[in-house]
Amino acid sequence: MADKYMELVNTGLTKKLATMLGLPRPPRLRRYSPDAALLPGPVLILGASAKAQELSDTLVSWGLDVRRHDAGEAKLGGLVLLLDELERPTDLSPLMLAAGQALRKLLPGGRVVAFSRPAGDDDEPQLSAVRQGIDGVVRSMGREMRGGATANGIVLEAGTTVASPSALAALRFFFSGRSAYVDGQFLTVRTNDGVLPADFAKPLAGKVAVVTGAARGIGAAIAKTLSRDGAQVVVVDMPAAGEALAKVANSIGATTLQLDVTAEDAAQQIMDHAIGRHGSLDLVIHNAGITRDKLLANMDAGRWDSVIAVNIASQLRMNEAFLAAKLPGLRIVSLASTSGIAGNRGQTNYAASKGGVIGMVHASAKLFAENGGSIAAVAPGFIETEMTAKIPLGTRTVARMVLPSLMQGGLPVDVAEAISFLGSDAAAGLNGQVLRVCGQSLVGA
Amino acid sequence: MSQPSVRNAVIIGGNRIPFARSNTAYVNASNQDMFTAALEGLVARYGLQGQRIGAVSGGAVLKHSKNFNLIREAVLGSSLDHATPAYDVQMACATGMEAIGSLANKIKLGQLESAIGGGVDTTSDAPIAVSDSLRAILMELSRARTTKAKLGALAKIRPGHLAPAAPGTGEPRTGLSMGDHQAITTKKWGITREAQDELALASHKNLAAAYDRGFFNDLITPFNGLAKDNNLRADSSMEKLAKLKPAFGKNLGEEATMTAGNSTPLTDGASTVLLGSEEYAQANDLPMLANFVDFEAAAVDFVHGGEGLLMAPAYATARMLKRNNLTLQDFDFYEIHEAFAGTVLSTLKAWEDEEFCREKLGLEAPLGAIDRSKLNVNGSSLAAGHPFAATGGRIIASTAKMLHEKGSGRALISVCAAGGQGVVAILEARN
Repeated sequence: MADKYMELVNTGLTKKLATMLGLPRPPRLRRYSPDAALLPGPVLILGASAKAQELSDTLVSWGLDVRRHDAGEAKLGGLVLLLDELERPTDLSPLMLAAGQALRKLLPGGRVVAFSRPAGDDDEPQLSAVRQGIDGVVRSMGREMRGGATANGIVLEAGTTVASPSALAALRFFFSGRSAYVDGQFLTVRTNDGVLPADFAKPLAGKVAVVTGAARGIGAAIAKTLSRDGAQVVVVDMPAAGEALAKVANSIGATTLQLDVTAEDAAQQIMDHAIGRHGSLDLVIHNAGITRDKLLANMDAGRWDSVIAVNIASQLRMNEAFLAAKLPGLRIVSLASTSGIAGNRGQTNYAASKGGVIGMVHASAKLFAENGGSIAAVAPGFIETEMTAKIPLGTRTVARMVLPSLMQGGLPVDVAEAISFLGSDAAAGLNGQVLRVCGQSLVGA
Repeated sequence: MSQPSVRNAVIIGGNRIPFARSNTAYVNASNQDMFTAALEGLVARYGLQGQRIGAVSGGAVLKHSKNFNLIREAVLGSSLDHATPAYDVQMACATGMEAIGSLANKIKLGQLESAIGGGVDTTSDAPIAVSDSLRAILMELSRARTTKAKLGALAKIRPGHLAPAAPGTGEPRTGLSMGDHQAITTKKWGITREAQDELALASHKNLAAAYDRGFFNDLITPFNGLAKDNNLRADSSMEKLAKLKPAFGKNLGEEATMTAGNSTPLTDGASTVLLGSEEYAQANDLPMLANFVDFEAAAVDFVHGGEGLLMAPAYATARMLKRNNLTLQDFDFYEIHEAFAGTVLSTLKAWEDEEFCREKLGLEAPLGAIDRSKLNVNGSSLAAGHPFAATGGRIIASTAKMLHEKGSGRALISVCAAGGQGVVAILEARN
């Protein structure tokens, strides 16, 4: 359905009509394929940063056409704003006005990425003001982007630079089609950990990854994406979902593990299978989740307890077992939800579980880092799945088009791309991250 | 030339689809659909995508003639390497046992490194043939060269010829159904209605408990929306079973004891078992659940010889035990296929019977009683159902897992079959 509307407003006579009527015209998003160019055109770097040259050299090594300070009349595929050395809000003016001129030349599917430093309570007020101001700048630019272009930010914590491995990895993620539905968001580089992959087309080569809830929807897309990125995948779902699970497995050379994630020994079964059959366990994607929506006034124990049990209690229990097993370098990526950030009517139980995932990720980052691992979460917004296809057409159209900057729902693969990135070794310096994949939906922070 | 050395054949795992009572969940599924589904679940569980397996062997009892290459066709529709050889086997209800046992032998001889055996059956999509008389006329028609001859052949067709001939479970030589045959045996061995109902109840309770503890999580992959055997009645009781009217041996009147509750229903389903050499399992990081030690077939003359139709496993077991220097009590699990409760109980009683063991089995002493707590501990065909050729694969995979869970011991498997035949096997845990 989304495709039909998008087709109409983007082609021929109906495009003219839609433009005349001022109808929202959701753009075609530039999605990832291993052989597509990283950016649709040259990239312009504006501003100054200690390691700017190293950054520039890296972009050149990625095959990009890099321009510093001025790109002349060339159309641009990307724009990098180095804002991390600004000291006061009045410093923003020349850079932002130059950025504005560059935006006029940004191609459809283009990317803006701003580097900045976190605003801290102990900073000089001038410094904190400019840094917090950049947050507003990037989010506003996201709202102004057209043609499927996006604006995102990379926040560099103390000790990290624009050339830190995870900063480069985050920049590449934002540039590529992998971040098609990520807009107005920030990734924070905490440490200089992280190793860029030898082959950017296979960032998970040699890894064994487990995906729960993999029989359909977002879970199936995650399994396929991890496999495409080089991982040996184990797909997990409830025994009753085994038929669909087997189809997913057979399409990507994965093995199936029929398992209820709320089982006491779920983590042990996952470890036994992954290590016994594939030699290691490197990545676990806690994707299994359910909704049992009801207004709180009408909520019953069955609905509340089952959502908590599946969506958060099982993850906490499994993580404890994984930590106890001290698996070296184990990375975890969980599914949160914008409902857990912004709340959603009828979803108090779901929001409790998904907000819980975010709290779990923040509090578990240090624990997983002790064994060289990491944990992160992805919070999807409106994603087109079998589940959302059941929402009435009118509500669905509004939800997918009016709310997000990108004027459409995301696809399961958009969530999967973010998960694959956050689960890669290159993202080690982003430990504890929660990334929204929501097309910059109005709801939430 | 030196003799090939004999090595272990290992059961790696299995997969089946849930069994469905005839004309229920799988009413629109063919044998090929079901066997392919079972095979695909096995491929997914063990990561066999694109692998060339040494051989896939199995079959169906009720088979359309167009399915002459049923198993090969299923392989071609699967995610296995299509260069995997496959062939059909048929030995009535012992089809799966024979297919898997023969594959195990080939592995032992070093002819195969890996193999998949199993079976499938549907009574919802059974082949219906034209009557023999109509078939004769149609054959004559196809041979006719001239219009006159063709018309002559066609003119012989009468309305009565058009009645379709559906396959039944009747024995061609006696005209009796399998149930009516068993009813004779059941009466001969004096098996009571109560004992049969108790066995049926235990089957349902044991199968339900096995599901509850997740025993089948790595043995079954759902199909067509069905996730559990739909013949299972977890809430069955002696009272409910006692209310059922006799279904077989009705000519026995008051003495008829066999009901729909203590007999297996017609069932649709498919099963597969993955076997390999130890080297194959190790090289592919696959589990080794149990060794397939030995198997033995027997047949009895139920037509003139006075033996019950389904008693062959009693004979096969005696021979297999002797060959392996084992007694009947040397087992930790007994998996005796419950074609009918009466079949299991008659077999057990025969093994305890001095005269039978001496006269029929040629033994000096009876094989003796078994510890009934070791019998069909996770349920059997009375609860799960019995899609003829698929039963052997169901039992072998489940039994191998039971031995693996226990970590030691050995299991006796017994499956009776139409035509007065039966196949028994020994599995052994790997220590």
